Amino acid sequence: MEDSFRIGEVVTSSTSRFTTQCYELYVLPPLGSLIKTREGPNDIFAVVSRAETSSLEPGRRAVVRGQNQESEEEIYTSSPHLEKLLKSEFEAIIVGHRQEEHILRYLPPRPPRIHGFVYLCSAQEVTEFTSSFEFLDLLVNTQLDIPSEELIAACLREISQNVEDKETILIQAGRYLAGILSNDTRRLKSILNRIRL
Amino acid sequence: MNKRLGTVVSGSLSKGLEVRLDGEASIEDVSVGSYVTIKGEKKYFFGMISDVNLESSDPELTHAIPEAGDPFISSILNGTAAYSTLKVNPHLVISGEAAALLEGPQPVKTIPTHFSPVYLASERDIEIVFGKEDKSKFFIGTPLDMETKICLDLQEFVKRSNGVFGKSGTGKTFFTRLLLIGMLQKSRAANLIFDLHSEYGWSGTSETGGAVKSLKQLFPQEVAVFTLDEESSKRRGVKTDFTVRIGLDEIEPQDIAILKGILNMTDLAVEATYQLQQRYGQSWFSKALELDEDEAKNLNIAASTLQSLKRGLNSLKRHPFLAPQAPESAVQRILSFLEQGRSVILEFGRYRSVDIYVLIANLLSRRIYDRYREMSEEAEAGLRQKPTPLVITIEEAHQFLNPEVSSQTIFGTIAREMRKFNVTLLVIDQRPSGIDEDVMSQLGTKIVFQLDNERDIENVLAGTAGKSELRTVLEKLGPRRQAIIFGHAVMMPIVIKVREFGSKESYRELLPPYDTEKEIEDLWS
Ligand SMILES: Nc1ncnc2c1ncn2[C@@H]1O[C@H](COP(=O)(O)OP(=O)(O)O)[C@@H](O)[C@H]1O
Ligand SMILES: [Mg+2]
Repeated sequence: MEDSFRIGEVVTSSTSRFTTQCYELYVLPPLGSLIKTREGPNDIFAVVSRAETSSLEPGRRAVVRGQNQESEEEIYTSSPHLEKLLKSEFEAIIVGHRQEEHILRYLPPRPPRIHGFVYLCSAQEVTEFTSSFEFLDLLVNTQLDIPSEELIAACLREISQNVEDKETILIQAGRYLAGILSNDTRRLKSILNRIRL
Repeated sequence: MNKRLGTVVSGSLSKGLEVRLDGEASIEDVSVGSYVTIKGEKKYFFGMISDVNLESSDPELTHAIPEAGDPFISSILNGTAAYSTLKVNPHLVISGEAAALLEGPQPVKTIPTHFSPVYLASERDIEIVFGKEDKSKFFIGTPLDMETKICLDLQEFVKRSNGVFGKSGTGKTFFTRLLLIGMLQKSRAANLIFDLHSEYGWSGTSETGGAVKSLKQLFPQEVAVFTLDEESSKRRGVKTDFTVRIGLDEIEPQDIAILKGILNMTDLAVEATYQLQQRYGQSWFSKALELDEDEAKNLNIAASTLQSLKRGLNSLKRHPFLAPQAPESAVQRILSFLEQGRSVILEFGRYRSVDIYVLIANLLSRRIYDRYREMSEEAEAGLRQKPTPLVITIEEAHQFLNPEVSSQTIFGTIAREMRKFNVTLLVIDQRPSGIDEDVMSQLGTKIVFQLDNERDIENVLAGTAGKSELRTVLEKLGPRRQAIIFGHAVMMPIVIKVREFGSKESYRELLPPYDTEKEIEDLWS
């Protein structure tokens, strides 16, 4: 099994979602990708729902620096301390967990702990976790500051990157969604339009 | 494993079940009239698809998603937000209850639970329900989409009067030929067939060209052909057994009464015939033609009535098969064949007009029926054995059984009496709306081919349980060789593609096994 890539640590945590600060500035997982952390013996799986890069010190904002520089890169190379003043963080919606060998696509009993290590899921883990689409129920019903359709579509596109036959997996996921959104055709439509090949 | 179609989502015993089609099953793979099995919690049910529907979870679906025609989107929506349902009527329990195990399929008294899976019936399921050929069951056709044999229990069938309906060219004659052959072999009944178009005794023709064999050629021992038109029969090379002559003295006022409309006679003229019979007895017909106005006046018959009467009787009399007296009684000859258990086919040759057909069929049947009544009564008194059951086949049945005359013809009586004296009818008609509803409701089993007149459909279904189901299936029948059978002799409505008739192969299958290859070759050449 290929190793999961460790990307950061949990910095805020709740039953339904947690925030991870990345070890490296701008090394953020894509919107909708599957990540995991651990709580005791359980793996906790989550979908990246939002990312943000801001000043490390609360309340402070960056100021412009590039007036006399040739490129954006130069700003960072000429002020190496900048990387220490900024942080990249992302939020992820918890969509399931693993207890012993069983993957359960509903909320775990306890949220992850602060400083829990956070990993990108390996291709195999993605395949395993998305062998059923029940986790989409959690995404459909989550309040976000972006439309949840946007997140779901991003998530499905991410998942499809992982497989050779993109169409089949998107159709299966689409059929699952058509079932749960059977009385909300408009939401269904906006998701389907975002995953069309 | 049978092909799974979907699951039961709602329904009732009286209105049928709604089955939601699985996402993977395509509605285009099922058809109205197909048989299904339903695996309930404890019992296996057997039923028929009576309707198919397209549904969507959201009425706005097609508006909301204009891209629904896109193959990617449609493969997502089909079977999910846009899904199909089947209407299934459960008819039988085929296993899972003691009676079904011991006695075979039982009528349903309940329905399967929610979410019971529904499968297309397998060949084996169909065999359990419609049986294998045996001493009373005759292979009549196959389901529309399978090759399994569907059999009809002909001993059960002939216990009641039955009807074959369908518009012209749908396959009534071909089916009836098969049915008659089946009855010959399996029903223990003798047939008397009034063969208006001369197609049951000897070669009939097929619309696709070529002649097809008929009963006398296939079963020369068991079948006798009588003819009303010797010349025509000779010309066609038919080996006839008897030429029918009817004596004018055999015609009775009741025969005239039902021809009133056809002969264009007034009510008073018809009444006069009864009067004349009272006065002159058997020879009333000949006497009437000689009657002058004075004699008529003495009998209180007005001149205009006499005119109408003579005109009517004369138009009958001109037919060459009528003689003042018949050299030999056709009734006696028919009876002697029937008593041996042989079937009699009466060809009409060129005399295909309705008046002749109605007159002859009614006149002969009435006498034969009288004789059957006597024999049955004697049998009841222990003086003899019960007569061989008799099935009388008539075409253009509405001519005999329309509401105006059905109470006056012998056929109305036979249909209503339900085999009291071992006589039943097989009526064939392309316009069943013309048949008295009362008679229609007495028919035990109906075989219905395509009909497109609303009133015909209505009359055929009148008084049947599960009418709306039958109607949808009936309306979907193909234009040829497809029929729905319901009523007394079948446990549930069955839809069939009628067994092929007319090829060498078909004769081989119909003939008893002891017939040698050689004989079939002869038949064919
Ligand atoms: N069972 C059958 N096997 C073969 N051909 C058939 C069969 N039934 C009907 N046909 C074809 O359809 C035509 C019409 O059938 P027919 O029985 O004469 O119709 P109807 O009596 O209803 O007017 C026949 O001439 C024949 O070509
Ligand atoms: Mg015909």
